[in-house]
Amino acid sequence: MLELTDLTVAFPGATAVDDVSLQVAEGDVLAVLGPSGCGKSTLLRAVAGLERPAAGSIAWRGADLAGVPTHERGFALMFQDGQLFAQGSVADNIGYPMRLRGVGRRARATRVAELLELVGLPGYADRRPPTLSGGEQQRVALARSLAADPQLLLLDEPLSSLDRALRDRLAGDLREILVSTGTTAVLVTHDHDEAFTVADRMAVMLDGRIAQEGPSTEVWRRPVSREVASFIGFETVLTGAAADALRAHLPDPHRASRVVGPDPADPVLALRRSALRVDPAGPLRGSVLRSTTVSDAVHLEVEVDGLGRVAAISADLGPHPGDSVRLAVDPRGVASLPD
Amino acid sequence: MSPPAAPAARHTRRAPSAYLTRPGIALGLAALIPVAFLAVFFVLPVGGMLARGLWPEGRLDLSGVPEVLGRARTLRVLGFTLVSSLAGTVVTLLLGLPVAFALYRLRFPGRGLLRAVVVMPFVLPTVVVGVMFRSLLASGGPLGGLGLDGTWVPILLAFVFFNLAVVVRTVGGLWEGMDRRAEESAATLGASPWQVWRTVTLPALAPGIISAATLVFLFCSTAFGVVLTLGGLRYGTIETEIYLLTVQFLDLQGAAVLSVLQLVAVVAMLAVASRTRSRREQVLRRVGDRAAARRPRRDDIPALAVTGLVVAFVLAPVGALVARSLRVGQGWGLAHYRALTDPEATSALRVSVTEAMANSLRTAVDATVLAMVLGLVVAVLVSRRPRSVGWSRLVSTLDGAFMLPLGISAVTVGFGFLITLDRPPLDLRTSPILVPIAQAMVALPLVVRTLAPVLRSVDPRQREAAAALGAGPWRAAWTAEAPVLARPLLAATGFAFAVSLGEFGATSFLARPDRPTVPVVIYQLISRPGAEHLGMALAASVLLALVTVVVMGVVERLRVGSVGAF
Repeated sequence: MLELTDLTVAFPGATAVDDVSLQVAEGDVLAVLGPSGCGKSTLLRAVAGLERPAAGSIAWRGADLAGVPTHERGFALMFQDGQLFAQGSVADNIGYPMRLRGVGRRARATRVAELLELVGLPGYADRRPPTLSGGEQQRVALARSLAADPQLLLLDEPLSSLDRALRDRLAGDLREILVSTGTTAVLVTHDHDEAFTVADRMAVMLDGRIAQEGPSTEVWRRPVSREVASFIGFETVLTGAAADALRAHLPDPHRASRVVGPDPADPVLALRRSALRVDPAGPLRGSVLRSTTVSDAVHLEVEVDGLGRVAAISADLGPHPGDSVRLAVDPRGVASLPD
Repeated sequence: MSPPAAPAARHTRRAPSAYLTRPGIALGLAALIPVAFLAVFFVLPVGGMLARGLWPEGRLDLSGVPEVLGRARTLRVLGFTLVSSLAGTVVTLLLGLPVAFALYRLRFPGRGLLRAVVVMPFVLPTVVVGVMFRSLLASGGPLGGLGLDGTWVPILLAFVFFNLAVVVRTVGGLWEGMDRRAEESAATLGASPWQVWRTVTLPALAPGIISAATLVFLFCSTAFGVVLTLGGLRYGTIETEIYLLTVQFLDLQGAAVLSVLQLVAVVAMLAVASRTRSRREQVLRRVGDRAAARRPRRDDIPALAVTGLVVAFVLAPVGALVARSLRVGQGWGLAHYRALTDPEATSALRVSVTEAMANSLRTAVDATVLAMVLGLVVAVLVSRRPRSVGWSRLVSTLDGAFMLPLGISAVTVGFGFLITLDRPPLDLRTSPILVPIAQAMVALPLVVRTLAPVLRSVDPRQREAAAALGAGPWRAAWTAEAPVLARPLLAATGFAFAVSLGEFGATSFLARPDRPTVPVVIYQLISRPGAEHLGMALAASVLLALVTVVVMGVVERLRVGSVGAF
């Protein structure tokens, strides 16, 4: 179990990590999700022993890690840009942590081949890192980190430098590799889809503090504050009369307990774009202010009677600015907020 | 997956204070060696020299300061130093910028060779350069008809000749790494070529230009060998004046006052250079390597023409030197070269020139080893970026301190050696070790300037990545930095060797009469009247230049951009 207690990391003039407490059980994958500059990478570097905490403690399996240098922690850190050693081959890179431990040449070669197989790059042993694509480099970096047999794997935005399609595919692969090797890991990312794909648990970090932590689906559906909600994709926030107006169209949780939806006691509602979709049979009426076509849908901005300006989605091409549309409410895209 | 390797039990054994500081402590201890070296062999002699002049009877006596500064002779020397250095800097910049452009922004066959040619003068022994320009401009020389011998013109030419390399290397290196797209985007916004240069290129190069200009000015104003051989009795700079006051008039107070003046000016200039350097390193990090040299176009002709002119200017004195060294009486021959091996060739020398060459090589090897060991430690040290403000300030102070020997009067150092290291526990006056130590002092800043930028260019996260995989601090540093350091180390070694070989200012004080180095011998020869002395000096200069150029040719093949850039 990794245990962070009241951890604070300060730089001259700024507190990057502010009083953070977190726990990661062995075998779990935790994603620390936050916008850039929120201190999540610093948090990870502190766990790796690369930043010195100003206060608080980091403990692994009950033992305090204060004073233990990076290389004796038994954790591996994978950097955003891989940080492969350009002068060695792929095999040299992956074999590096084993060479440090004095593993023999033959055993090393066998393990390197296994790891290359695992990350989907069989036969790449003799390639040079600069000749690899970004995705391949990250796979090699992952294999190198795994070769250290880390007790805890730290991943610093491992997929952020890749293009979107590759990122989606690699996120799935990463999840499978972590699960199949039973690796405990902390992943830091600004991409909520990546966090959702790879991790079991999520901690949302804003301005150096953990704003919310819990199972991924829980965080996904029930953000605890407006800040968290807006960071994980709830674009519209409704309060007062507007919230009441929408609530009238949501199923009553007492009657249909299986339906996922917001807590009726909370005064504020947060909506993902997918909460409101164009449907001729929908109960809400509004006029389109703006429409943007993306690959698989049309994103709309609609002025809805009683709600005000909201984001909505349309499956079909068509609604143009000025058109009047009807919208249906999908309770799965609605979350309630305390205030 | 195999079971976790590192036992958790090891985790609690170290106190929190040991956090990441163990290599820091070791590095700090290692730093004591060069710091002690600098203290004993630089601060102490310079301090001793100043004390001799300003604390003559154990207490501060500044009464001589206004008197020394008020002398007509001092004012003339100061004036000449300022004007000649300024002129040298301006001309070097005007010629160097087009050459930097042509050699680093354009791609054409022979570019590598031209780069080597332009850089070569920087390491040529100052005395040799003096002899070269005299052989070119003297009444019997190819340009003797111009009547420039004995005027200030040869001094200015020699300044330009020497320092072109500084401008071309420093500005060229920056220019080469500059992203062309910034200029292109200015052009697409409607800027004319002149406006692009004014608003985009020049501001981007400014840190390099300022840094180079400062150092050129520094080198010009502290030049010794060149001025001594070309200036004769009519023209002197502060540096030669310190020499004359010390050696001929035994006016230590006057020498000390001028040394202090020089020291203050040098520290100020180094501070300017160091500020612009750190700005430039930030700039370099930003632009990356998205630059490509292009083929020359029609509008590059002026720059190429200037480059051709400069190359001719660099090669002409070399040619004149070689030609005149072969001139024997009315004919041609190798007589001067044969005389080099003969210990009895002239009464001016106690040993043969070849023996002096052997001395030179031996001393240069010692000096190089010393400079490399110390320089590597300093370079590693100043390339670290501690996060705490105090430590980071200390590191930049050290960085500056090790640049000092570059600008301080070699005469002050050399003479300071003699007057401070002459009693126990450091009675080294008669020891042959003083010469390599003084030469190492001169080479040290150049070694640091070659290695430190290379080390700074290594992403610190490479070390962190190695540490996170289980490498200890030393191993992590080795993994990340050793591979990129191999060639720069070799290049710096060659550079230090060439510089030690040609060092004249301090060596002229310290070399014992029975063990002179070649630059000292050359100076002794040209100080004597007679054609055979001049002939031998020319032949010895050719020999020394040849060795230096061969060494620098090897260095140049290593293609390390930071050699000779500041």
